[in-house]
Amino acid sequence: MEFEAVIGLEVHAQLLTKTKIFCSCKNEFGAPPNTNVCPVCLGMPGSLPVLNKRAVEYAVKAALALNCKINRYSVFARKHYFYPDLPKAYQITQYELPFAENGWVEIEKSDGTKKRIRIKRIHMEEDAGKTIHGEGFDENSYVDLNRAGTPLIEIVSEPDISTPEEARLYMQKLRDILVWIGVNDGNLEEGSLRCDANVSIRPKGSKELGTRTEIKNVNSFRFIQKALEYEIERQIKVVKSGGKVVQETRLFDSQKGITKTMRTKEEAEDYRYFPEPDLPPLIIDDEWLESIRESLPELPDQVKERFISDYGVTSYDASILVREKELAEFFERAAKAYKGEAKRVANIIISDLLGVLNEAKLDISDSPVTPEGIAGLLTLVDNGTISIRVAKEEVLPEMVRSGKSPEVIVKEKGLVQISDESALREVIKKVMAGNEKAVKQYREGNEKQKQKAVKFLIGQVMKETKGKANPRLLNELIPKVLEEG
Amino acid sequence: MRLTREEVLHIAHLARIELKEEEVEKFREQLSEILTFVEKLNELNTEGIDPKFQVIPAENVLREDIPGMSLPREKVFMNAPETDGEYFVVPKVVKK
Amino acid sequence: MELLNKSLRELGNLIRKKELKPSELLETLLKRIEETEEKLNAYITVTEEEARKRVEVADRELEKLSEDEIPELFGIPISIKDNINVEGVRMTCASKILKDFISPYDATVVKRLRERGAIFIGKNNLDEFAMGSSTETSYFGPTRNPWDLERVPGGSSGGSAAAVSARSALASLGSDTGGSIRQPASFCGVVGLKPTYGRVSRYGLTAFASSLDQIGPITKNVEDAALLMNIISGQDSKDATSAKVPVPDFLSSINGEVKGLKAGLPKEYFVEGIEPEVKEKVFEAVKRLESLGIEFEEISLPHTAYAVETYYIIAPAEASSNLGRFDGVRYTYRAKDYKDLIDMYKKTRAEGFGDEVKRRIMIGTYTLSAGYYDAYYLKAQKVRTLIYRDFEESFKKVDFIVTPVSPTTAFKIGERTDDPIKMYLSDIFTIAVNLAGLPALSMPCGFDSSGLPIGIQFIGKAFDEETILKVGNALEKELKLNTLPPL
Repeated sequence: MEFEAVIGLEVHAQLLTKTKIFCSCKNEFGAPPNTNVCPVCLGMPGSLPVLNKRAVEYAVKAALALNCKINRYSVFARKHYFYPDLPKAYQITQYELPFAENGWVEIEKSDGTKKRIRIKRIHMEEDAGKTIHGEGFDENSYVDLNRAGTPLIEIVSEPDISTPEEARLYMQKLRDILVWIGVNDGNLEEGSLRCDANVSIRPKGSKELGTRTEIKNVNSFRFIQKALEYEIERQIKVVKSGGKVVQETRLFDSQKGITKTMRTKEEAEDYRYFPEPDLPPLIIDDEWLESIRESLPELPDQVKERFISDYGVTSYDASILVREKELAEFFERAAKAYKGEAKRVANIIISDLLGVLNEAKLDISDSPVTPEGIAGLLTLVDNGTISIRVAKEEVLPEMVRSGKSPEVIVKEKGLVQISDESALREVIKKVMAGNEKAVKQYREGNEKQKQKAVKFLIGQVMKETKGKANPRLLNELIPKVLEEG
Repeated sequence: MRLTREEVLHIAHLARIELKEEEVEKFREQLSEILTFVEKLNELNTEGIDPKFQVIPAENVLREDIPGMSLPREKVFMNAPETDGEYFVVPKVVKK
Repeated sequence: MELLNKSLRELGNLIRKKELKPSELLETLLKRIEETEEKLNAYITVTEEEARKRVEVADRELEKLSEDEIPELFGIPISIKDNINVEGVRMTCASKILKDFISPYDATVVKRLRERGAIFIGKNNLDEFAMGSSTETSYFGPTRNPWDLERVPGGSSGGSAAAVSARSALASLGSDTGGSIRQPASFCGVVGLKPTYGRVSRYGLTAFASSLDQIGPITKNVEDAALLMNIISGQDSKDATSAKVPVPDFLSSINGEVKGLKAGLPKEYFVEGIEPEVKEKVFEAVKRLESLGIEFEEISLPHTAYAVETYYIIAPAEASSNLGRFDGVRYTYRAKDYKDLIDMYKKTRAEGFGDEVKRRIMIGTYTLSAGYYDAYYLKAQKVRTLIYRDFEESFKKVDFIVTPVSPTTAFKIGERTDDPIKMYLSDIFTIAVNLAGLPALSMPCGFDSSGLPIGIQFIGKAFDEETILKVGNALEKELKLNTLPPL
């Protein structure tokens, strides 16, 4: 019997506001423990929450970018449980009336096909603090409440995901979009994005849903895929051996690559939700919604399509260029500054610039090379001043190192290539004189041998001219000279 | 509404309050009485009535995203039952 | 005693004219506290040292300031119910679980009083976490009624009411969730005002039932209540439930004309169960108000009979949620012996909370739990809508509503502690007001044959504290009661 998996993901994304969602403490990662706290996020008696306007705007921005319908009226609720890093013993979240619903995201699978994953709802809530468990004989846990109160949006998908690969792609897509619009920093190691997965199996083709398990807090793209792969197989094994899948919450052990039971349904929490009395309902009117919609930048998918249709970039290259907003912007500026084919701009950026920047540990946004510089570099190649090889291997790295323009570098380093035909002929003749074997091979050999000979001679001329000979011209000239006898 | 012993123990667990054996029966009686008392509301037909969770107007009250004063460490830990100066110290969920 | 009998305005004037030094006032008050505290137990903490320091500074500053530079409460000591945060001062909420808690910040109302020059004399006793109607559930022992030391002062703001009554406080701030300012005010023969929900910031008030709580003044006369309202009212950016409504000058409006006002007498409030003398005195007061030109008519608040039940679902539910934070982790008492985290929680809360608090937490937890939310909490909130509408309808016909505050005068200590429901029913006239979020004033209108004070309640339209203060002031001037207990 063949099985298929049904997967739904709940992704928690922190919002890049300056302050927490319900108080004015700083929203920052890595501060010394318990220094960004106040009576409100410490849950002290008498404290009250007040909603951060920008948190709402970022949340709505994210929901719009994920094609959701925004509810004009939404309500905050209290979700109760006891844990040391939950200061009020309840989390302020949204329950019956979230602010956004019915969205979707499109993923592109490795086989090129596209799939739409629907988003059931998005709601706003506050993050809890961090509990660090003592090691070895230490019987204590240590609580840091800096993170308590960080604004979060929880993105809940429909169970449209069918494979672990799709799950990973979905999460990556969410991340890319959220980072693109500037509401999240995409930093999974710091916990900016966290994921819980719900997974069940069923006989292939069946419409009924099997019993599902929840896998909590899987915090890397790789692990999401691994955890799901393991869990699906585990469930299949259980069913095949005649057993039943138990509805439970499981944790992924990344070291061992397995999931293990955290708590069963019987131990499941009763959250005792009720509407938050300390906060009025949230009203997002048409005016506010429109102004937020207007502040949305063009989204990656649209930009990608535009690069393909307007700039003739390949789909593959376009995907790479829209991985980062700054990169897409860089490309577009360079393409506009360059009078030739944008494809070449894309190529030099992707194959060369990114590599050099990476080695220098620089981001595209810190690039010493400007888009205009790239355009200039390609122009120098076009008008024969330098060869493409020199451009990529010598000038570009120097541009990154020194920040100087390509024109200046070519001048300073004397890299102007030799394109003067008569000068080149001189060198060719010299090289021919010193390499009779190759000349003979050309004159007496077949096509293949002729090509080999030309190549060899080009190499010798390059050596002779210290790489400055214009290789394009050489390609034409050498056979010509050889023919001329 | 008469609560059973198990229900009382379950509620006490949800509320994280330990009940001494002698107390369970006392609370069971009192809570049952109170629940019976409040169940009088079932006499009223509230079909079609919206709940009034708050008596405030439906209007946004929002805060600008500007950092304010946080509490200095001394005040944060001033009343802490156990701290190491940086963290609040609590017993582990399950001790070995 | 003469000094302590003066109104805040009179004291303010004396200080402004430099005829009275803040230190003199303080010392007189401290002496009175010393005389009465053993009998009354109205204070959990008296901040003698701190008050003396501040008053020393006030004395010096007074010499440099001109009359109109001196704010209205300059150097005047005010006491605060011990569930409101005063920075640097112990706040216990009358509970073992907070017995050593030092407030790290000022409540907004405290900050506003400070800005007008007030100094703080101490924290008044209350029922534990404000849950009660007699101040008998306090971890620090009951407060006694200055009119009869064998009787309760009412609750939960019993300490505040008793102190103001005995003149061991000049004025106090209390809190009211189901009658906790108004009922003790009536038992102790003082004035208590619960403002409209949202009129006064709750920031800094330890939450009991978030959709019902309000802070309000407890004073010896109506004028003082109006003066304090001027200072503490107004929207607070730290409290999202505080209203954007402008604050009128309550003090100047209390002398306005009451002739022509229409008052309602809800027929459901005058049925069986009220002590005859209470009914009598309230009706006498009604007659006096009629003689001042106020027109009375009968109105109906049909869902009155369900108010207490509604309250005893909503309030404990919200309380169970609000008291979860007292868990032994960050700032409370923590049990000494426990095996692990959950055990620590359970023992801390078992040892730290008293029985009434436990009862309410458990009822609240039950009514919010899976499967019961609709039948209890949701249902109660729907009935609340009906109660709210009752008042809305009535206020189309009348400007304010008159009722007794409590069916009885102060009962004996220990009389109702074994019967939670009997205790709950003492709130029967005050509770609906919190459910509807309306303002209400409680003031003395007479005494019973044992000499115990009887209170009358005026319920106003939302944000119309002016009318009820005006009426209260007029009645006070009419009755000219001697409200000084023979202590």
